[in-house]
Amino acid sequence: MLELDDVQHYLLTRPHATIAQYNFITFRDGQAGRNWVNALSDIVGTAKTVMAASPTDMRWVSLAFTFNGLRKLGLDEVSLASFPEPFRQGMVARAQMLGDTGINHPDNWEDNITSEDLHAVVILFARDKVERERCIKKHDEYLKDNPGVEILSSLLLEAVPPYDYVHEHFGYRDRLTTPVIEGIGIEPMPGSHPPSKAGEFFLGYPDESGVIPLQPEPEILSKNGSFLAYRKMREHVGAFREFLKANGKTVEEQELVAAKLMGRWRKTGAPLVLCPDRDDHELGFDDKRNNNFDYEKMDPHGYACPVGSHIRRMNVRDKGVSRIMNRRLIIRRGGTYGPYLPDDAEDDGANRGIAVFAGCADLARQFEFLISVWANDPEFEELNEKDPFAGSIDGPFELTIPKRPIKKKLKGLKAFTTVTGGAYFFLPGIKGLKYLASLK
Amino acid sequence: MSNTKNGWSTPAALAIPKEGYFKKEDGRYGPLFPQTPANYGFTVIVKVKPGREEAIREYGKTIEAAVKASPDVLAPLKLHYLRWVLFDVGSGLHFMYQGIFDTDFDKYMEDAIALFNSTGVTTVFVNLEGFPEDWKTNIPAVTKFFREHQCPSFLEYGEYPYVSADEIKKALKLKEAFSEMLDQMQ
Repeated sequence: MLELDDVQHYLLTRPHATIAQYNFITFRDGQAGRNWVNALSDIVGTAKTVMAASPTDMRWVSLAFTFNGLRKLGLDEVSLASFPEPFRQGMVARAQMLGDTGINHPDNWEDNITSEDLHAVVILFARDKVERERCIKKHDEYLKDNPGVEILSSLLLEAVPPYDYVHEHFGYRDRLTTPVIEGIGIEPMPGSHPPSKAGEFFLGYPDESGVIPLQPEPEILSKNGSFLAYRKMREHVGAFREFLKANGKTVEEQELVAAKLMGRWRKTGAPLVLCPDRDDHELGFDDKRNNNFDYEKMDPHGYACPVGSHIRRMNVRDKGVSRIMNRRLIIRRGGTYGPYLPDDAEDDGANRGIAVFAGCADLARQFEFLISVWANDPEFEELNEKDPFAGSIDGPFELTIPKRPIKKKLKGLKAFTTVTGGAYFFLPGIKGLKYLASLK
Repeated sequence: MSNTKNGWSTPAALAIPKEGYFKKEDGRYGPLFPQTPANYGFTVIVKVKPGREEAIREYGKTIEAAVKASPDVLAPLKLHYLRWVLFDVGSGLHFMYQGIFDTDFDKYMEDAIALFNSTGVTTVFVNLEGFPEDWKTNIPAVTKFFREHQCPSFLEYGEYPYVSADEIKKALKLKEAFSEMLDQMQ
């Protein structure tokens, strides 16, 4: 049974926050870092406390560390070597495999994220701006008294209007599918993956293979921990809207093109497999129905939902593509940064996009597979394409829309997104945090 | 449509450097091996533990039965052919496992290992020297084992180069449908 009083809340709950801040941290020396971990570990919310949802308890802080951060805190070399290779190497070293080349290359990344001195991230959620200001001020004051810990960069995340549904800057409704973990009292919605074993996301538990895989040492540090893959993706809203206009004469046609890229209607998330011709608001917002579909039986050729669309690549639902879909899941957390671009506004070229953390137990098997194969492999289902949103695109590309009698190809798509940041972190349990704080 | 280079109708051969690749490009678990006119593939050669020949041969039947019971059991691997060979050229009995795929093996490593486990293939590997004892919990060690025993080709040839199994199946289906259509018109 997952120890909810030791697991950080981050991957298990969604606090009722409208605003968040990521502070990327460096430790000038180990003792300062340990003091900081010790000071903050008491306000890190556990899954148990945050799930209890007390309106006054807003301990929504999460702490995670890079490999260099664990070393700086004084973790011994034997333990460091027991961490898996992708984490030890860091995301920059894995860039070519992940497809982070050309304009997406780490040389172009923002926020000092590729610095060797990046040691930790503190993720702060707040109910509103006032609460965020209070927390940030408190953290800043703490740092004044503990000068060996510095902020390398900060990123502010805030929901974009309209606020009645969660969406990113292109306007696609978000958070429609998330893995459910066995034994914590949440039932998956119809059509979703069956509950995952805790070990798919938290170290120290049996995973879908039925056994506890080899874990990093010592156990007190790794147990109840998870790995996080951070990705910051800039969204080129102007280019995206231009593309829709170039490929659809009417608003309805443009919405259909947008839906074909995603596999769901933009504003409601209603799946194309279930409503291929027009949006269905009621269906989109009905959690019992909006994931209740497959591809193999209901849309084998992709006439409704193109085989190359985002949701069909990233969550295949299809045994012919993979028998181990339940071993490729990630828990996605994050939100939008940058200013909102109203529908009728000219492109202002501002930096806006999404900044997300993908949580999992095995970076190579879960996160890296999703990005390098399902998002970026041109051979995926013989399409010679990449994922229109999650793929690393550095030239014109195509999307095939199966259609009778002859398929249609959307040509000359420009990249709608650019990867502008990324790093691997380890998110320990509370005992793990205390252990790190106690190192010498 | 996969990369057909000069087209499927022009047979092609490709000589491959000793390392098995032209330019080092890393996948998740090590260097990626290039697509050749004979598509992607691997050849794993490992020495058999003494006295295990019969155990390995028996598993031929197990796999035959698994595929018969569930013909699409290996579908995710995008395979053309698998060949299992036992041979002894004077240095003891060796097992050769050769596969031809439409995708780099690195991409579907975990699918392959899961399939090995579910079809019982892994229990063949325990008869091979050096297969990790803790294979159930230590996937990186299993991956490393295959990587270390992989012998890259130095030449590969394709009579119909770069054609994928899916393309072949589609063409045969089309032929079938077309013949049926002509029959219907009689």
